[in-house]
Formats: sequence, structure tokens, C-alpha cells
Amino acid sequence: MRAAVITFPGSNCDEDLQWALTEISGIPADLVAATATTLTGYDAVFLPGGFSYGDYLRSGAIARFSPIMTAVKKFAAAGGFVVGICNGFQILTEAGLLPGTLQWNTSLHFICAPAPLEIVNSDTPFTNAYPAGTTITLPIAHGQGNYYADPATLVALETNHQIIFRYTDNPNGSVHDIAGITNAAGNVLGMMPHPERAMETLLGSTDGRGVFQSLIHTMEGAGSNVAN
Amino acid sequence: MFKAKIYVNYKPSVLDPQAEAVKTALSRMGHDNVTHVLYGKYFELTLTSTDKASAQAEVETICDRLLANVNMETYRFTLVPVPVEVD
Repeated sequence: MRAAVITFPGSNCDEDLQWALTEISGIPADLVAATATTLTGYDAVFLPGGFSYGDYLRSGAIARFSPIMTAVKKFAAAGGFVVGICNGFQILTEAGLLPGTLQWNTSLHFICAPAPLEIVNSDTPFTNAYPAGTTITLPIAHGQGNYYADPATLVALETNHQIIFRYTDNPNGSVHDIAGITNAAGNVLGMMPHPERAMETLLGSTDGRGVFQSLIHTMEGAGSNVAN
Repeated sequence: MFKAKIYVNYKPSVLDPQAEAVKTALSRMGHDNVTHVLYGKYFELTLTSTDKASAQAEVETICDRLLANVNMETYRFTLVPVPVEVD
């Protein structure tokens, strides 16, 4: 299994993600520039946190048109695993790979704090290492993490079990306490909390490791090759 | 040539935290007669299109794909002919 971490201009969690993948989880990971046009050879693609293109216009709105996103869409359409964390989640919604939008926190404050989360669905490629019904705590660090979707979309998300993480104490105003969702096919995950910042006991928590371990379990089970 | 004047706003069904903050500030200032605040973005684009219909279609595409997030925003615009400068 080999992972790509996309570096957009303004990404600032790309190296943390690469470290979490390579050093802690044992998944070789390369930083891939937003100007690249191919993802051949990768089994999973990560869109990191940060402020891509300065969050100009709307968070993720400009990044969505960077050259690599054509390859990300193709990769996702072929069933490849795509994970967007924080700004990466915002980019995936702008790109139409995930439904809904992330808008300003209702408090208008940038919130940097540990957030307790319920694992709502542990039967996914990204959460199967967590026992069902587990509560974990991951750091959040965002100004625009307030998830919004219209009522029809919310019904679809609930019915298809696409809500993966829910805040147990909603910090930002997200509808239905949503902290992370997948697409209908289940191979694209977007989440506001940062699992890559909860990988070491020394740094406070190892609750984030399960996201990466889940992918390893999934890839081993699938024979590890979904690259386009 | 045409100049497009474009307004992008949240849909009425979406609570806009920034507009609420402005309204709260106005209330603190004593402007209790302000009952609603709409907070949006304004763009001006100048296009080389020679006919209004094609300018209209192009601006709609630009708004749908980039300037507005149609999940939660709406937009409206006007097109004004701009005289082409002749030396």
C-alpha cells in the first residue's frame, strides 16, 4: 500500500500526515504537488489541512480547480480511497466529491481544541479498527467547520449510513452534529477533526491511529490495488 | 464588451453567522430598528463578449462553478454594455 498526500499552496498539515502514515502507521507516503496530473501507483490519496490558496473566495473553492483534482476525481470514480481532513474535507465538498458545505462556525471563532467524537459507523474502510459505538477524542482546528446540508441531503446521509463521526458536544453548529461523512459509494471520507495529530501518547493521544489502521486492514483484505 | 455586476448571498434558509454578528453589533449600537442583515459578496467582471446572450450564459457558468457555492448561496447579476475604447 502506498499513499499520496497532496500539497496545495497553503497546505500546512501535509508533512504531519506524511509522518502519521509513514513513521507511525508503516504506510509509505509521498507528498504530491497540486500541479501534478497523475496518481498512478497510489492506493490511497489524502488531502491535508491548511489554508489552500489562502481560503480565498471560500475555503476549498480555488483548490478544487488545481490540476491534481482532475486525477483525484478519476481516482475516486475508480473506487480509490480518498481522505480529506479539515481543509481537505472543505476541498472535497467544493469539488462535489462529498455532499454539503462547511461554513463559518456559529461562534465565528477559530476553534482549536480536543473534540470528543462518536464513531457512528465502524463498518467502513476508515473506521473498521474502532469497535462499534466507541467514543474517541481528536483535535479540531478550524474556523469553518460548521457542516451544512439541505434536509433532503441529510436524509440521504442518515439513510445510507454515510455519517461516520459525530461530535458528542457540538463545537461549531454542524447540522446533526456531523464531524465526518463518506460519499454514497463509501470510498471517499471527509472529516474536520485531525487524526494525524493524535498518533503519539507523548503528544496526548493515539485515538487517531485507528483511521490509518482501518485502511491497512481494508487494503490487506482487498489485496491492495485499486490505483487507476 | 460587457460589465457584469454580480451579487452572491446566502440562501434565506441558511443561517449566516457573519450576518448575525453584524446584526448583533448594530443592536449594541442602538440600531434596534434594523430587523435583518444580508451579508454577501460583490464582483465586477469585464467581458469581451460582443452579444449579451453569450455574456449572460458565460457569467451564469462562472457563478455556478466558482463565484457561488450553490449548495448554500444564490447569485444575481446585471450586464451593462461597456463602450470599446478607440484610439
